[in-house]
Amino acid sequence: MGEVKLLQGNEACVFGALAAGVRFFAGYPITPSTEIANIFARELPKIGGKFMQMEDEIASIGAVIGASCTGMKAITATSGPGFSLMQENIGFAAEAEIPCVIINVMRFGPSTGLPTHPSQADFMQSRWGTHGDHPVIVIAPYTAREAYRETGRAVNFSEKYRVPVIILMDEILGHLRERVEFKEEDIVKEVNRKGPEAGVPFFPYEHTDDWIPPFANFGSGYRCHITGLIHDRTGFPTNNPEIVDQVMRRMNGKIDKHIDEICRISTVDVEDAEIVIVAFGSVARSAAEVVRIMRSMGKKIGLIRPVTLWPFPDREIKKAAEGKKAIIVPEMNLGQMVREVIRTIEGETPVHPLNRIDGELITPRDIIDFIEEME
Amino acid sequence: MGAIHEKYLRMDKLPHIWCPGCGNGIIMSSFIRAIEKLGYEKDEVAAVSGIGCSGRITGYMDFNTLHTTHGRALVFATGIKMANPGLKVFVFMGDGDAAAIGGNHLIHSCRRNIDITAIIFNNHIYGMTGGQFSPTTFRNKYATTAPYGTTDPDFDLVNLCIGAGASYVARSTSYHAKMLTDLFVAGALHKGFAVIEVITHCPVNFGRRNEFDTPADMLRWQKDHAVRTAKADMVPMEEMEGKFVIGELIKKEKPEYVEEYDRLIETVRKGDAHRE
Ligand SMILES: Cc1ncc(C[n+]2csc(CCOP(=O)(O)OP(=O)(O)O)c2C)c(N)n1
Repeated sequence: MGEVKLLQGNEACVFGALAAGVRFFAGYPITPSTEIANIFARELPKIGGKFMQMEDEIASIGAVIGASCTGMKAITATSGPGFSLMQENIGFAAEAEIPCVIINVMRFGPSTGLPTHPSQADFMQSRWGTHGDHPVIVIAPYTAREAYRETGRAVNFSEKYRVPVIILMDEILGHLRERVEFKEEDIVKEVNRKGPEAGVPFFPYEHTDDWIPPFANFGSGYRCHITGLIHDRTGFPTNNPEIVDQVMRRMNGKIDKHIDEICRISTVDVEDAEIVIVAFGSVARSAAEVVRIMRSMGKKIGLIRPVTLWPFPDREIKKAAEGKKAIIVPEMNLGQMVREVIRTIEGETPVHPLNRIDGELITPRDIIDFIEEME
Repeated sequence: MGAIHEKYLRMDKLPHIWCPGCGNGIIMSSFIRAIEKLGYEKDEVAAVSGIGCSGRITGYMDFNTLHTTHGRALVFATGIKMANPGLKVFVFMGDGDAAAIGGNHLIHSCRRNIDITAIIFNNHIYGMTGGQFSPTTFRNKYATTAPYGTTDPDFDLVNLCIGAGASYVARSTSYHAKMLTDLFVAGALHKGFAVIEVITHCPVNFGRRNEFDTPADMLRWQKDHAVRTAKADMVPMEEMEGKFVIGELIKKEKPEYVEEYDRLIETVRKGDAHRE
């Protein structure tokens, strides 16, 4: 560590994933995520890993889930249209509790949209894209350095909590190249899914104390059944209402149960701030700049940056917003995260959305103008 | 039920959900007989299925089993095989799975030639959803979505797979149960992607609507319309009209996908790989 590198956001994701033990990638090319596939294709065979270019994104996420069933850590990367195609199988992974990571480098939509301008309009889709109540973790880095560390964290969460984890990047972050100085806290340590315990009867969907059932990899001698049908602790389908209720509550609740470990936010000068900006991804870079500039002008501005987007850091945001004059939520969409902020704060502090929907980044100037007009 | 059933089936999951007279049970029996012949350990077999009546087969067999999403079984299986080539991977699909929603995965699996054995339960109908026509329903047949008969042309899955570059393609029927076992064995032993189309009968959702009074009538139809490969060349063209050939239809050597990739890993690791 202490190492200095010039890294692109997309590239950093790859190295973070590899450090966390990813050995399988399947994907389909789409800008602005393509570099991720390109680099995996180059790097994986060097370490005995496997890269596949599939016929579409449905196939890509399917192959990733299949590989994960054998215990291999697997990842895919895509952007808007491809992320939409993946939704059904993301639901499968959530329901069958198969670890996997999906990187979505957001681009401007809907549909083919404005290729390939940046956007943050998949904020809600990343949480609610597939049908049915389901668990998922979504993480949004804001620098190349963080893309490395957070992709590593995503892989580890997927293994530990048996859940699909989505890395939500955007075109700007994916493509920017910056100097990265790795520190001690950036070291990615490998975490492996927990397996069956010897001498104890094994149920692949056991309601354990931590709500995370042990996983028996295909070929390890347990011969489990994995299905997208709602199943009981044995893994076989059931429609017994009582069991369905229990299973759904465990599967969905397992994330909240570990929320303290999963949630991560970062704050800048929030303590004494009168106005607080809540922003994520590349917009948070502009927001951080705003705090620096306006503080130097004597204005009391702070920044809250959710790193884990979902589960949404309700508690942290609520606490940080207490007693403030105003909250500003700049987003490159028509207002998605702002809904969560309003829900969290419950009318205590006025919340102002600031939206750009023209394919351009929200600049520090945009935010400063907005604040000055507001005052 | 015999010892072979007790050995390979999850007896506590029976009875199965298939309708009386359904062909799926015959195919499952033929399959476990093939596994017995092959001598595979249950732990080294991965069985992957799609969604439909046919997809339920994985729940009943005591292997590593994965019941995926509609049409996608092949891609999940591809991930399994790539990640753990030691596993013997079998895929079970309906005609809707294989030819409609998953048609793209079928042709690309044929092209890749990954060492997986794919078994298509072609009952010429969507069974699970209640008898809608599929891409293999013959023209002018009745279905819940074709109350006046279909106007859609149908696919010949064997020709489709051969055209897509499959290295092993065979076909048989639920009437020819013993032959099925032999073809499953041959498909499994074939190095590469093997497709076995099983023409099977769905008395409830296809037969009833199309003038087959009993399951036995449907089996009789299979017997009367199937022509073995050995004979097919001798039968005059006119007489082949409406009939289909059963047996091994193509078997050739082609580089296998996982082996090719493993070779690539080796050259890259030795530093011998040529990069652009
Ligand atoms: C994406 C999606 N679309 C539609 C369905 C509904 N569906 C379930 S099974 C099926 C078709 C079943 O037909 P086939 O694949 O031929 O299998 P069979 O039931 O005849 O064995 C359909 C359309 C689904 N499960 N998923």
